[in-house]
Formats: sequence, structure tokens, C-alpha cells
Amino acid sequence: MLAVTHYADWIVFVIASLVVLSGALGVVTASHPVHSALFLIQTLFGVAVLFVAQGAHFLAAVQVIVYAGAIVVLFLFVIMLLGVDRREQVAAEQLKGQRPAAIVLAAVGLAELVLLARSNSWATGALSVGGAADGPGSNVEKLGRSLFSTYLLPFEITSALLVIAVVGAVVLARSPVRLSPDEQAAAAEEELAEQEQASLAAEREDATS
Amino acid sequence: MSVPGSFYLTVAAVLFTIGAVGLLLRRNVLVMFMCVELMLNAVNLTFVTFARMLNDIGGQSLVFFVMVVAAAEVVVGLGIIVAIFRRRTNATADDLHILKG
Repeated sequence: MLAVTHYADWIVFVIASLVVLSGALGVVTASHPVHSALFLIQTLFGVAVLFVAQGAHFLAAVQVIVYAGAIVVLFLFVIMLLGVDRREQVAAEQLKGQRPAAIVLAAVGLAELVLLARSNSWATGALSVGGAADGPGSNVEKLGRSLFSTYLLPFEITSALLVIAVVGAVVLARSPVRLSPDEQAAAAEEELAEQEQASLAAEREDATS
Repeated sequence: MSVPGSFYLTVAAVLFTIGAVGLLLRRNVLVMFMCVELMLNAVNLTFVTFARMLNDIGGQSLVFFVMVVAAAEVVVGLGIIVAIFRRRTNATADDLHILKG
């Protein structure tokens, strides 16, 4: 029992990492988009656990509520709405040589990242520049203090970003403007006239050439 | 006994790589989008790890902003996908060659 509590951090880390990485592999390899979305939820929960393990309690809650609760549901809605819930031939390669090239590039990038993660010479190494993460007080309190003092302006700007995103989504998803019958007739006539003019112009060009 | 930060960073690196490979290999636009989410999550995990390693709450604040931007990105991106594929039946990136000269 003592050993279990001693290694609790490691056990949590290993299990959560396995959940994260297997979920990520599932997202990439699942042939059905709905399965990919469900594997994505698995990965997001695993990342939330890793957040908790590192003391980022508020972010873990936001991760579950916003990512797993809102964003993935949005994905599922779009999958259902568009009727694109069909299988994709994951094994088929359309662009020749793309797959080996992608895997080689990914291996090189991964090697670089792991090398960097292993080295200890990160950045300046300055501690607690934006305020200490440990010490007295809850994580929520410290994060709130940081957001509403140091990062107040960026925080306010995100509100503008969200409004713009909402307006953009409404404009993009709106169905084309529907014309009344009279207007439709007028538009059809205009189109006919344009076509006639175009054909006349083409004939004239033929005649001159 | 707490886990050293480099272990978390390694997991984040592997997660990022899986997301990047998925983005390169898959042709379904929605799955490509999910792979972008995977990469964003890897970066968030890196930020939180550094917040712990350098004892700096600023890392967690940045994750907050990344999440807001990711939410906005998903909304607009899915709006674009819906607008493009309203008339089409299949959603592979290979069919999108409207801009081809």
C-alpha cells in the first residue's frame, strides 16, 4: 500500500499517457469520422487528467467542458448534418510517395522535439516571471488574478474574437437569400438576356474572324 | 515522487507528431480538423508542463487563450466546411480544387 501511494504520480501519469496516445492513434487510424470523434474525446479526457496531475485544475475543468463537451459535439453535429459519415479508404494512397514522406518527416520532427524535451537548456530558465504557480491560494484564484491583471487586455480582446467568430459562423452557415417569385422571374429574364447577348457577341466574333 | 517535466514534454511531442501525421495522411476534412485539435492539445500540455517546471502561472493563462482561439477556429472552420459541402456529398480534401488555375 505504501508503495502504491509512493508511486501514485507515476501510475497516474503512465495510465493517462496511454489513454492520450492510444486515443490519438485511434483518431488518425479510424476509418469512420464518428469513431475518430469518439477517440478524440478519449484523448481530451486523458489530457485533462495530465492537467490535474500538474496542478492546473481550472484548465482541466475547462478542457472537459469546452473541448469534450462543446467542440466534439459540434464535430458530431457537422458529421451528422453533412451526411459525410461514410468510411474512407485509409489504406489507399492517392498521392504517390506522400505516405512515406509524411512518416519520415514526422519521425525527424519527433526526434528533434524529444531531444529538446530531454535537454535542460530551455529558454532563459527564469522562474515565476508571471507570478508563482504554487504557494498559498487555489489554482483558480491565481489563474484569475493573472488573467485580470497581467493579461487583462488580451482577455478583453478574446471577447471581440468570439463575437467575430459567431458572426462569421452565422454568415457562412446561412442559406442563400431566397427571392420572391417576382424577383425570381426578373432574375431569370436578366439571365436569358445576358445569354443572348453573349451568343450574339460570339457570333459577331466568328464573323469577323 | 512527482514525474519530471521532460516525461510530460515527451508525451506532448508524441501527441503532436501523431496529430501532424494524421493531418498529412487523412483526406477527410473533418478528421484533418480533429488532428489539428490533437496538435493544439499537445501544445497546451507543453504549456502546462512549463508552468509547473518554471513555477509560472503565465503558462496556464496562455492555455486559456489557446482554448478560446481554438473554439473560435472550430466554429469558423466547421462553418466553412458546411458551406462548401452543402452541395457535395463527399468530404475529402482532394475534391477541393476550386482555386485550381
